[in-house]
Amino acid sequence: MHILAFLIRRAVQALVVMFVISLIGFTIQSNLGDPLRELVGQSVSEAEREALRGEMGLKDPFAVQYARFLSKAVRGDLGTSYFFKRPALEVIADKFSATFELVIGATLIFVSLSVPAGIYCAINPQSWPARAIMSFSIIGISVPVFLTAIFLVWFFGVELGWLPAFGRGETLALPWGWETGFLTADGLAHLLLPSVTLSSIMLPLFIRLIRAEMMEAMGTEYVRFAQAKGLSPRRIRYVHAFRNTLLPVVTVGGLQIGTLIAYTILTETVFQWPGMGFLFLEAVNRVDTPLIIAYIIVVGLIFVIVNTIVDLIYTLINPMVKLPGARA
Amino acid sequence: MPLLDIRDLHVAFPSGRREVEALRGVDLTLERGERLGVVGESGAGKSMLAFAILDLIAPPGRITAGSIFFDGRDILRLPEPAIRDIRGNRISMIFQDPMMTLNPVLTIGTQMIETLRAHRDISKAAARRLSVERLKQVSIPSAESRIDAYPHELSGGLRQRVVIAIALLTEPEIIIADEPTTALDVTIQAEIMALILRLCRENNVGLILITHDLGVVAEVTERLMIMYAGLCVEAGPTRRLIDAPAHPYTRGLLGALPQKARRGARLDQIPGSMPPITALPSGCAYHPRCPLATARCAAEAPAFRAGVACHHAERAESRA
Repeated sequence: MHILAFLIRRAVQALVVMFVISLIGFTIQSNLGDPLRELVGQSVSEAEREALRGEMGLKDPFAVQYARFLSKAVRGDLGTSYFFKRPALEVIADKFSATFELVIGATLIFVSLSVPAGIYCAINPQSWPARAIMSFSIIGISVPVFLTAIFLVWFFGVELGWLPAFGRGETLALPWGWETGFLTADGLAHLLLPSVTLSSIMLPLFIRLIRAEMMEAMGTEYVRFAQAKGLSPRRIRYVHAFRNTLLPVVTVGGLQIGTLIAYTILTETVFQWPGMGFLFLEAVNRVDTPLIIAYIIVVGLIFVIVNTIVDLIYTLINPMVKLPGARA
Repeated sequence: MPLLDIRDLHVAFPSGRREVEALRGVDLTLERGERLGVVGESGAGKSMLAFAILDLIAPPGRITAGSIFFDGRDILRLPEPAIRDIRGNRISMIFQDPMMTLNPVLTIGTQMIETLRAHRDISKAAARRLSVERLKQVSIPSAESRIDAYPHELSGGLRQRVVIAIALLTEPEIIIADEPTTALDVTIQAEIMALILRLCRENNVGLILITHDLGVVAEVTERLMIMYAGLCVEAGPTRRLIDAPAHPYTRGLLGALPQKARRGARLDQIPGSMPPITALPSGCAYHPRCPLATARCAAEAPAFRAGVACHHAERAESRA
């Protein structure tokens, strides 16, 4: 089975990537601050601290410490958060659903807006709505996300008072321990402003990308041939041109998922959204090193998984790409 | 009444603030089942003419004047859905480069079936059967399985056969072939040309063959039209034009043919190149390159009379 060969290859690649990330993460941990300062009170003497360091293995060579870290990490133990006094991974897992739903909400918004807008701008490039959308997208690319967020909070949350601009609202606990805000009206209302903010980073980029790729596809010989075959404009646009537009859009889109995760930190902070990004920023403020490292590793893992999925989708929609390892 | 009758066709493109003309008043007629060659160098407006016939000039270019009567109706006065009924149905096209013509993400079958279903009330299964039959007609081996292939899985020659099969699907009355063999390997050019010729003869399909190669049209077409800088400069039966060309440009093209030259003799070349449509010379556009040019040629554009547009047609003929 080709798909199996592909997955095995990707799994090996993923392991290498995760190894590098863990090495970077551990290097940061071993060079960032003194864990004892966070663990013990001021009354503990220097001699007692030295003894503790020996007990905790902090005096061992780097390689030994790293091997210990790695063997624990493989078993799902990324250390204990100094602040929460709980396993770091567990703390992050609790916040994962909030971030995941925020990213899904933002993705739904920017995909459902950028596809029609991009296609429209490609087909009617001279019309005034297209010009307006393109001008807006330039502004959209230039405005930093925290500014968008603050503006939305002020306008819809404070001035108009229409939408909540703080927290996640009412959530529902699903049987497998997942907290969802998708199923309550209050949760959805709370989701709106943060996900609009997060999507505002991707929206202009995707409109421009889809427009450019669609215009290119509309100018190709195969679209002219489709016209010469007497096909309807609908079929030419959506079957002939848009199918080809999707290939580069999926590639770039996959790469942008990382940017989206990075921006959750800013978005969650402005909206006090109880997700991983907000948690990460708090951890940085508290120098909660194990939590910081755990976050970096979890995000690295998400990256690897998302990119694998994107590659899989790409091979499914592009007949010219065969899965690596598959027979041509 | 000819099946296709084009009169005084003008096509223009915006260039800066003004419009420049790519076609400057072209006439063309084609009888049912007739094969016409349109010959000229790159930039003469041959492809422009082909796309104009189907009203497919890419914006911002546009047809500014003229008429295209097909089967008694002016295509340029028809509403868009009625033109679509003609495109790919009664008049179909074969493009130059088969590597670019077929959509890379759709199977051969999809691209054939959609053509049939755009013009006929036909089930998918029936359209597929007919498509396989056409693929067999153009000699594609194992057509039943090839129909599910993607274009990139076929060679250039096979792809052009697929394009020809698509052009034939709906039993058109006219096929416009725009340099159908230029992008192919020399070894298969003759095969593809022979295939087009055979299919047109068998099905009594009219052919407009656009090419810069006089050698090819001599074998395939009954009538010729020589284009230069957006105008027809000479037209007539293929044999007569090749044996006794009246226009110095036609003579120049023939002189550049290797078959015509004596062994060991140098090939004649036409000096210079086709002027761009943005900077056409005054008078006869060919005069800067013409060996017979006089002051009159630079001042006054010759009218198209008795099959040729040249002030010195008689002199050219006497020298032939």
